Amino acid sequence: MSNFDSTIFEPVIGLEIHAQLQTNSKIFASDPVLFGQDPNTLISPITLGHPGTLPKLNINAVNFAIKMGLAIGSEITSKQYFDRKNYFYPDLPKGYQITQDKTPICMGGAVKVRLKAGPKEIPFHHIHLEEDAGKSIHEGDNPYSFIDFNRAGTALIEMVTEPALHSAEEAFALVTEVRKLVRYLGICDGNMEEGSLRADVNVSLRKVGETKLGTKVEIKNMNSIRNIQRAIEYECFRQSEALLNGEQLVQETRTFDAHTGKTHSMRVKETMNDYRYFPEPDLAPLEITEKWIAEIKSKMPLLPWEQEAEFINTYHLPEYDAHFLAESKEMADYFKEIASKTKAVKAISNWLMGPVKSYLNDNHLEISQFPLSADRLAEIIDLVESGTLSHNLASHQLFPLCLSNPTENAIQIVEKQGWLANKPDEDSLHTIIEDTLNNFPDKVKEYHKGKKGLLAMFMGDVMKKTKGTADPKRLNQLMAEALENRK
Amino acid sequence: MEKFNYAFVFKIVPVLMNYIPVPYTELRKQLFQGSISCLEVVESFLNRIELNNKNLNAFLEVYGDEAKQRAKEVDNKIKSGTAGKLAGMVVGIKDLLCYENHHSYAGSKILNTFKSTFSATAVQRLLDEDAIIIGRQNCDEFGMGSTNENSAYGPVLNFQNQSKVAGGSSGGSAVAVQADMCQVSLGTDTGGSIRMPAAFCGVAGLKPTYGKVSRWGLIAYASSFDTIGPMGKFVSDLDLVMEVIAGEDGNDSTLFETARNYTKTQKVAYIKEIVEHSSLQPEIKNAFFDRLEQLKSLGYEVKAVDFPYLEQLLPTYYVLTTAESSSNLSRFDGVKFGHRTQNPHNLIDMYKKTRSEGFGEEVKRRIMLGTFVLSADYFDAYYTKAQKVRRLIKDYTDTILKDCDFIISPTTSSTAYSIGEKTLDPIQMYLGDLFTVQANVTGLPAISIPMGNDDSGMPMGFQIMGKAFDEKQIVALSKELV
Repeated sequence: MSNFDSTIFEPVIGLEIHAQLQTNSKIFASDPVLFGQDPNTLISPITLGHPGTLPKLNINAVNFAIKMGLAIGSEITSKQYFDRKNYFYPDLPKGYQITQDKTPICMGGAVKVRLKAGPKEIPFHHIHLEEDAGKSIHEGDNPYSFIDFNRAGTALIEMVTEPALHSAEEAFALVTEVRKLVRYLGICDGNMEEGSLRADVNVSLRKVGETKLGTKVEIKNMNSIRNIQRAIEYECFRQSEALLNGEQLVQETRTFDAHTGKTHSMRVKETMNDYRYFPEPDLAPLEITEKWIAEIKSKMPLLPWEQEAEFINTYHLPEYDAHFLAESKEMADYFKEIASKTKAVKAISNWLMGPVKSYLNDNHLEISQFPLSADRLAEIIDLVESGTLSHNLASHQLFPLCLSNPTENAIQIVEKQGWLANKPDEDSLHTIIEDTLNNFPDKVKEYHKGKKGLLAMFMGDVMKKTKGTADPKRLNQLMAEALENRK
Repeated sequence: MEKFNYAFVFKIVPVLMNYIPVPYTELRKQLFQGSISCLEVVESFLNRIELNNKNLNAFLEVYGDEAKQRAKEVDNKIKSGTAGKLAGMVVGIKDLLCYENHHSYAGSKILNTFKSTFSATAVQRLLDEDAIIIGRQNCDEFGMGSTNENSAYGPVLNFQNQSKVAGGSSGGSAVAVQADMCQVSLGTDTGGSIRMPAAFCGVAGLKPTYGKVSRWGLIAYASSFDTIGPMGKFVSDLDLVMEVIAGEDGNDSTLFETARNYTKTQKVAYIKEIVEHSSLQPEIKNAFFDRLEQLKSLGYEVKAVDFPYLEQLLPTYYVLTTAESSSNLSRFDGVKFGHRTQNPHNLIDMYKKTRSEGFGEEVKRRIMLGTFVLSADYFDAYYTKAQKVRRLIKDYTDTILKDCDFIISPTTSSTAYSIGEKTLDPIQMYLGDLFTVQANVTGLPAISIPMGNDDSGMPMGFQIMGKAFDEKQIVALSKELV
């Protein structure tokens, strides 16, 4: 909000980021973890909390949590147990959630974010494992509510930061970075619309220079990074208005309405649940040995910052390119796959940052959904690099043709289009150049007077006449010579 | 017609074999010799159920046709030489155990009509060895009770004297064995629920070490105390059942069994504070001392030991079990299964009415207690403290057992109460568990075996508690004493 004055108040923000782990089965049951199935089809007696059932820990969920901890430099807790968090809600089958209250699996750690003002490390308090609840579905004016238990028991990690963030920008950057990280680690798809990644935000304000924390407000269940930023901005505005008006803030839970951009009170502290945490007696304590941790360490994938460094040091790409390519693991992997097929690494990077990215943006796609194989893009790039096709022809004509027919070889498409046959030889290219220059005697004069930018216009005219088939490098040379001759 | 009918009837109807239970090893010989069939065994039990169950209320449901059908199948297996270890053993199961496609009500209205979709590991293992399940046995609601008067389906009466209680919570399981309505029962024991009714009914009941028998399919009362164990007239039968139901199960991560090599000390300890307890019925005390003499004559050294935590046993037990049960019973909310109230105003109203209607008084009392001890302001004062005391009790008990093989005691301080005698005073009721809860607080195995009858003819029980996973030794000593 524009009227929040950061010279008066400093926001203190802490995040609790929930990530659904992409384990094959649930954290305490063998039901598969799948999104978008018919309601209540992934529900064993364990998931439904039938009498007589017991939880059975999925070790893969533990491995995923350890991976995340190692990635952010946490201490892995060697002896831990699970706790029960007791509360009644229809989508919570057992009447309690199995979580880790006293002995979270990872302690400490930090994530580095890039801010306008430079990089900053955001410290984490802990990461703990827990199970997700089912989903309550309320339909318009239908007096009945429905419950889908498919999601119940899905493994989650909750990543809790220290109250060490001080702006909406930092929160935005942190969640972006965490989403990137979980995707790199392959432990969560990071899909916020489907709720695989969601966050609760704690916001309080204090006078600049004050060390004591103000009254905090928790904003629950935000499912887009943009909304997290908006909600924090709104809260900073709302709280500072209240404080400036001499009002007393109350500790409460609020929800964010994406339509109005405002937060609304859900419940105040006095009416909050007493969760009656106690150790889960149905699960044996969990011991994580050094050997176990070492094994996971040995199988860690390249992390985003390591990937970036590799692009700079091994592929000799500029920092800007490296950052762009490392933005997602899929993009980085796609780049590396193309790079294994063609040597022109900078050209690959340019293609990915240029035509590929535009195509993805226009069609609202992720790189994983990009239709062209690495082979196809490598062929296109090679056609340009060898001088067979102009970049212009390749990006404006061949690229779209390939996209509409992704299975066909790029060279075959070029042949079908007759571009190679139409390609002018040295003599005819010469003739066309002369022809162009003859058509624009005035422009030629202006060029010689110093308007060098006209070169592009001359080249463009030749390209038009050759239907883009001229080799731009050669054309450039010949054009320069022709102009020199007319001086 | 009247003139010739007797002779005629006797000619065409085979004389019904009336099987009076003998140890299963004996029965097995007869079954394999062909002198009796599983079907005849089942029919004998069914006849006695038919005769007595209406009064005793031990079985809530009898799987008559199913048991007969299975008996025929097992008879065929015996003939073809493919029969399992417990072929033809007729078993009743407590209403807290799940049996696929069969009702499990946990003695509660809140699970009225509930059918389990899977079988408890212990039940499945019995079935896999060709045991025959004859029915579902009455118990205190969710195992919470010491007399079986807390069942939503009415009390179980003691077959010895029907004005007396059966004991609880596995009252139906005890009486079913006592009245020869099945060979063995599968009960559960959280604070004495197998041993206490066994003592009141004059049968044997074994509570295994916590972690020995999978709790998968046991409807939870207090997860860190609950155990499943056998009850029967013959200690050797309990041993056989244990061999089948115990051991590793991927469904229960709290199972564990480490290899143990105890050196036998030939020493047996009894706790002074128990023998001197003011509530101890004189005949029980005398019978107990007779047993001490018997032990001495068998070559055991018997010694009295101090146990300074007797007064802490019940508070520790009740704080922790109610805490766990308040959480375990949260799933009965009317949303997914079991009872749901009619026409609630809203969600909270649905919860309140469903649970108020579905749970009995004692269950409500324990949920309230458990919710209180887990609440943020009291958690440390009660729950945390009780956990610490539990540790002290366990360590102290282990110390006693370092120096001797067994700790023995009367199972209960008195014989069976009259129906209704203790129902108005929960504290008096809880005191009935005083001698049995130590085994649950410590997780150790313990058996109750008959110790004769008191002057009014009511059975008394003798308890032997052993070292962790030392069930075999407990059974061996029991055999020497019976």
